[in-house]
Amino acid sequence: MREAFVRALTELAADDERVLLVNGDLGFGVLTDFIQRFPNQYVNAGIAEQNMTAIACGSAMTGARAYTYSIGNFPTLRCLEQLRNDVCYHHSDVTVVAVGGGFSYGQLGVSHFATEDLAIMRALPGMTVVAPSDPWQAYELTRQLYARGGPAYLRIDKGAAGARKGEVQLGKVREVRSGFDAVLFTTGGILSEGLAAAEALAGEGIGVRIVDVHTIKPLDVEGVLEAAGQCGRVFTLEEHVVSGGLGGAVAEACAEAALSLRSFRRMGLGDAFPDAVGDQAYLRRRHNLDAASVASTIRGAIVH
Amino acid sequence: MIDTGELALRLRRHVVSMCSRGGSSHVGSGLSIADIIAVLYGGVLRVDPARPDWNGRDRFVLSKGHAGACVYAALAERGFFDSSVLETHYSNGSNLSGHVSHKGVPGVEVSTGSLGHGLGIGTGMAFNLKRMGGKQRVFVVLGDGECDEGSVWEAALFAGHQNLENLCVIIDYNKLQSIGRVSDTLNLEPFAAKWRAFGWRVSRVDGHDHDDLRSAFSELSANCPTCVIADTVKGRGVSFMENEVLWHYRVPKGDEYIAAMLELGVDVALPANA
Repeated sequence: MREAFVRALTELAADDERVLLVNGDLGFGVLTDFIQRFPNQYVNAGIAEQNMTAIACGSAMTGARAYTYSIGNFPTLRCLEQLRNDVCYHHSDVTVVAVGGGFSYGQLGVSHFATEDLAIMRALPGMTVVAPSDPWQAYELTRQLYARGGPAYLRIDKGAAGARKGEVQLGKVREVRSGFDAVLFTTGGILSEGLAAAEALAGEGIGVRIVDVHTIKPLDVEGVLEAAGQCGRVFTLEEHVVSGGLGGAVAEACAEAALSLRSFRRMGLGDAFPDAVGDQAYLRRRHNLDAASVASTIRGAIVH
Repeated sequence: MIDTGELALRLRRHVVSMCSRGGSSHVGSGLSIADIIAVLYGGVLRVDPARPDWNGRDRFVLSKGHAGACVYAALAERGFFDSSVLETHYSNGSNLSGHVSHKGVPGVEVSTGSLGHGLGIGTGMAFNLKRMGGKQRVFVVLGDGECDEGSVWEAALFAGHQNLENLCVIIDYNKLQSIGRVSDTLNLEPFAAKWRAFGWRVSRVDGHDHDDLRSAFSELSANCPTCVIADTVKGRGVSFMENEVLWHYRVPKGDEYIAAMLELGVDVALPANA
């Protein structure tokens, strides 16, 4: 997914000299070509995320189309006030790119788990929040975010959900699998677990619709309500706390529309830090976010 | 030619009356930077009040946003908007917040209020303007207490490394911060040496001497960012406010307001038709 973003940004930079990548001293090997090709459109701000964000913001205020780039929580939480007061309040054209969403860096410890970022970025006025599920989608949405302009947050994870390629439209949900017994909304690469769960449940005669919510904000309320209303049983799945992110956004939409649902369940992390490290697949299993656990949760709600 | 001495006096009157009318703090901070702001807006900054968004303009960032009343006053005096707007400062429904804000206020480039933000943004402006081949310059006013913020030094390191000769920071060094003396809180000395060590050319001037200030601003370094440490007196111009921590927060009301304005050459105690 990271390479797909860099490929899209490279194309944009070639066509538009205003494009400026302000790096937080990360991306070893991945950015080499970009740095060599566009020395006047790249700067390494060093290990100083507050200043990285401020440089991007000041650059945007003077005509740049700025991108900040780092991993995990560094380009979001470390410089949250710069994002709020400087980027968002001035509606500056800054796109924040974080590599390593969710448990992508599962062995590196809690500092490197980006598991509250969606909720926090979503709370910022004017911020667009996007979490692609596949590399091809990361590429397309990078281009669409460029067309829309910042402030924006692009959460890149290590996932490759393997969903069929097709049209993706910023701000619109994407149905990836049809079904009418239940709907599962997912965001980011964890879509792969949802697809596998739906496949397993299909063998038991349960049709689960899968809807990819790559754009958490602005939320496609109409698309969410249509799927929720047609299926009646609603589930959300995210590699993130259940509060304030995808689950929170879908719950708000359903509640405000006073939808009568047969069941509603958010799958994600609760109000506690993970107590162990491990690779992404391991941590998904440990927190009941893997395909088998997701299938079990949905089955339990339908069969009880 | 604008008489910057006269402009500074007018800014001080505005600051005191705005803080009094609106009931806002930070009158001492506004008085502290009045001469710096008068010299900048009185001729140094290349700006056009009729075209506040003119791309060729110099950029000014007030990082110590709590002294915003003085900048609002300077913009009004220069004709960016009508002086009557100043009367809404700090009041319900106003655009003129206690900390400087750009929303609906022509001429304000950047909203600040949380300390430690302005230099990074100004540095980003200078970096991008230089990258695009522009001749615009960026001036940023920092408070001394603000230099406690780590983000100031992140920006200082970046600007020095990038040799941003189009960037000038002016430090309002009045040696008082929110609740005490700078030297008793986190001592900044040797202050000039710190900026030099970060790759800046540093000059130290009397922050109330207009010739000193003008000359410091007119000779920016040709190959690195410039830091002007301006020795100032908080509350300058009103004797009983000068160098008093109390006047960081206290609102001039009643007899104190009358006495302050009298020192600035205005007798507000007189009936309007006298």
